[in-house]
Amino acid sequence: MKNRVAIVGAGMTLFRRRMLESPKELSFEATRMALDSAGLELKDIQSVVSGSAPDAFDGMHMKGEYLLDGTGGIGKPNQRVYVGGGTGVFTPIGGWWNVASGMYDTCLCVAEEKMSPLHPHPQYAFWSIFDQILERPLGTTLLWIFSLEMRRYMHKYGIKEEEIASVAVKNKGNAVDHPCAQLGAKITVEDVMNSEPICWPVKRLDVSPPSDGAAAVVLASEKVAKKLTDQPVWLDGVGWTLDSTHWTNRDLAYPEYVEKAAWMAYKMAGIKKPRKEIDIAEVYDPFDYKELHHMEGLQLAGKGEAPQMAVDGVTQRDGDLPVCPSGGLLGVGNPIAAAGMMKICEVFWQLRGEAGKRQVKKDARTGLAQAWGDLMQVGTVAVMRS
Amino acid sequence: MNMSQKITSYPGHEITPEDVREGKYLDVVYKFEPKYSWAAGVAISRFLAELKEGRIIARKCMRCERILVPPRMYCEQCFRPTDEWIQVKDTGTVNTYSISHVGTDARRLKTPILVAVVDLDRATPGMGILHNLGEVEPSKIKVGMKVKAVWKSSSERQGAITDIRYFKPIGD
Amino acid sequence: MPLRVGIVGVGYSGFDSMTPGLSTRELMFEAASRAYEDAGIDPRKDVQSFICCTEDFWEGISITDEYMPDQLGAVLKPLCTISSDGIVGLATACMHIMSGIADVAVVESHSKISDVLNPDEISSFALDPIYNHHVNADPRFVAGMEMTRYLKDTGTKRDHCAQVAVKNKKNALLNPRGVHGANLDKRAVLSSKVAASPLTELESSKTIDGSIVFVLASAQKAKKLGDHTVSISGIGWSSDTPWIEDRDMAKAVYVEQSAARAYKMAGIRNPTTYFDLAEVDDTYSYKELQSLEALKLAGKGKAGKMVESGTFDRDGRLPVNASGGSLGVGHLLEATGLHRVLEAVLQLRGQAGRLQIPRVKKAVVQSWRGIPTATGAAAVLGN
Ligand SMILES: [Zn+2]
Repeated sequence: MKNRVAIVGAGMTLFRRRMLESPKELSFEATRMALDSAGLELKDIQSVVSGSAPDAFDGMHMKGEYLLDGTGGIGKPNQRVYVGGGTGVFTPIGGWWNVASGMYDTCLCVAEEKMSPLHPHPQYAFWSIFDQILERPLGTTLLWIFSLEMRRYMHKYGIKEEEIASVAVKNKGNAVDHPCAQLGAKITVEDVMNSEPICWPVKRLDVSPPSDGAAAVVLASEKVAKKLTDQPVWLDGVGWTLDSTHWTNRDLAYPEYVEKAAWMAYKMAGIKKPRKEIDIAEVYDPFDYKELHHMEGLQLAGKGEAPQMAVDGVTQRDGDLPVCPSGGLLGVGNPIAAAGMMKICEVFWQLRGEAGKRQVKKDARTGLAQAWGDLMQVGTVAVMRS
Repeated sequence: MNMSQKITSYPGHEITPEDVREGKYLDVVYKFEPKYSWAAGVAISRFLAELKEGRIIARKCMRCERILVPPRMYCEQCFRPTDEWIQVKDTGTVNTYSISHVGTDARRLKTPILVAVVDLDRATPGMGILHNLGEVEPSKIKVGMKVKAVWKSSSERQGAITDIRYFKPIGD
Repeated sequence: MPLRVGIVGVGYSGFDSMTPGLSTRELMFEAASRAYEDAGIDPRKDVQSFICCTEDFWEGISITDEYMPDQLGAVLKPLCTISSDGIVGLATACMHIMSGIADVAVVESHSKISDVLNPDEISSFALDPIYNHHVNADPRFVAGMEMTRYLKDTGTKRDHCAQVAVKNKKNALLNPRGVHGANLDKRAVLSSKVAASPLTELESSKTIDGSIVFVLASAQKAKKLGDHTVSISGIGWSSDTPWIEDRDMAKAVYVEQSAARAYKMAGIRNPTTYFDLAEVDDTYSYKELQSLEALKLAGKGKAGKMVESGTFDRDGRLPVNASGGSLGVGHLLEATGLHRVLEAVLQLRGQAGRLQIPRVKKAVVQSWRGIPTATGAAAVLGN
């Protein structure tokens, strides 16, 4: 019953703090590039899935409707899928079910985020993700939950801030080679440690920036994909999971929702030993500790063991398990939904050997992209194969 | 070989802070204020009423025997209605904490806010609530520290989470 | 491709102008509990996918899926939001089932509009921020423009639109869920306050609170889950351009496209005579007529005369909005499509009580996302 689904094209815009292009124009640019790289026109596309995180960023109600002409959705079945920060990786998952179900043969998946319109700062939108009655009156910011989670993670496994900082150093360094990157830089662990504390233990350089940008991929059924390219990248496993709303009732040291999402995707892709079978991973890294936390949830590291892998260089581009060879959110930038999609694009390019200066050393055949979101609550996972 | 043989450049134009200052960039400014009056519901209405009295109330599920706080009328694990109201203590343990130097709009604060998840005594272990810490040096805060709620006076309490000013450390 | 997915459980709560005693989450818990009981399933064990159809600003929460899992029994399970009408949620569930990732899937949508103090401003906030947002008017000005164009292009009379409101509000008097049922005549409808000329207040549906939950299952699984399965044999959804100025305002293009896909899937060649019942969009009176034409249940420009002659009455050839529709029952924001599926399912099961229409075997349901969108969906149901 299930059709095999391939990614046949990918595209993205520059990621910057503020872009000239409107949300529609950003969507269009990424979409056009994805279509071009697949050798397709909009008329060849049967359905569209769009992804964008809170409407509060771009500053409009029903953002998916507004974006329609930029995402190529006019006159087509269009779904806007939405799981907060997990949306970027979830957008091609939405495309996956459009094609895997046999409903459509081609599906365009577009993720866009324009965070710059909101004043005084995009962070303000995050205030409204909290419980209206129990949490917002306390003056909550998104940084709180990250720093609370980071502190708990450090406490449980005795992790040092310096170990965590090594992730920021790696990702910002990788991003130097990414032509779209906002914050590529060669920095040191000391730079991270000396950057100003914004919500201790979180410091300025532990955090990804707010950004504008868009990214897109084109999916096709096996039958169509084989006609289009001799280098399809197969979307062989997808998974997603949401944990309880009550995040203060949870074990913050371990992302169980990521584990559940990962096993859903692994099972579908026939992966039994993820650490052995996954060659490269674009793990969600809005904060440096998050990459480590998620690697553990993804079963790519034992509990509390990811920091050592980062320190030992295992996750470098020339390491045994390259993680975020793109430069990740920390380096390339974090236009929320588009950032997750950027990870899908990166794995696509890596598995096709088209990542240029960012190409990992090992022969990568199986890759993974993951995103996270909501109140530390959702995991979205995609397993891809060349 | 670049990212893809077909890709030679990446679309988009950056607007720099200078561009904005020099007025090179046009925008349409408006303020949007959606207004709500959220129904707190059965569980949270009672929770707020109890806060007004200086007490913290939880709900118990008889099947899994967990005492849930904040209270809810359904157990999300068993998917059944919860069974009874249970008063929990206004003391607890710091599960995790943070020192926030920025406010909701990302502006820097003069005095940092101390934030914690406090696991409340008598509730099922791990059942925490989000709140602030006070009467403590930031450098002295520890995970596992015992704390107690500092309440507003009864005349000041309104039936809100802020009826608790903050949690302060108590001796071991 | 053929579609065979079964609706095996329904549940709902609310259907009131206000539900001040319950939080959104408690309202959902009530609806979900009933749907699971109806389907005879345990959500903690038997469901592989949960889908909620919501929009952030209707909830007053950014990223509303955060607040969805617990009361649906979905904790640590696949759950997602589709920011669209509930019928698109049903379509999503169908795709999850057809792709093999779920045997049983749950779809929820709700309205808690009584929590929202300035809904018109929120609707206006969906207008294009640069070109349209400056129009400082009741957002129904878009409907007024559409209605004007529809009347002009089709020769439909003003009276015909009023008749839709008369019919639907009267039907709703039989419906226990009908909040806005009334026995009125056309004169009362036409002389009610003008909302956005030519549309009047009694021709505009009013929003209500409610949560609706559906349990869907693969054909195989549905056989094991009781004997009142209603099957979905076709489903389609589509969007016209977001630029209001660029649309053919006389036509509901998104309905034409949605229906064409749904009918093709269900193998329906002659929709005009195929159905025993239709639940179609009637957010505004003229929308019912415009939608009926797009669904090919009436010829172009014919729907008005047909409603006048009683074709769409409860005892007519094709009962349309026999439930009372949105005009009679109330409008449930993104849950509107699910409400109408609910009414159709109860009819197909023979459980519609005083609303029951005899011998209903095949039904079509259609929805619209409201101003300023041109997005909608359609589904073909049967038993
Ligand atoms: Zn329980």
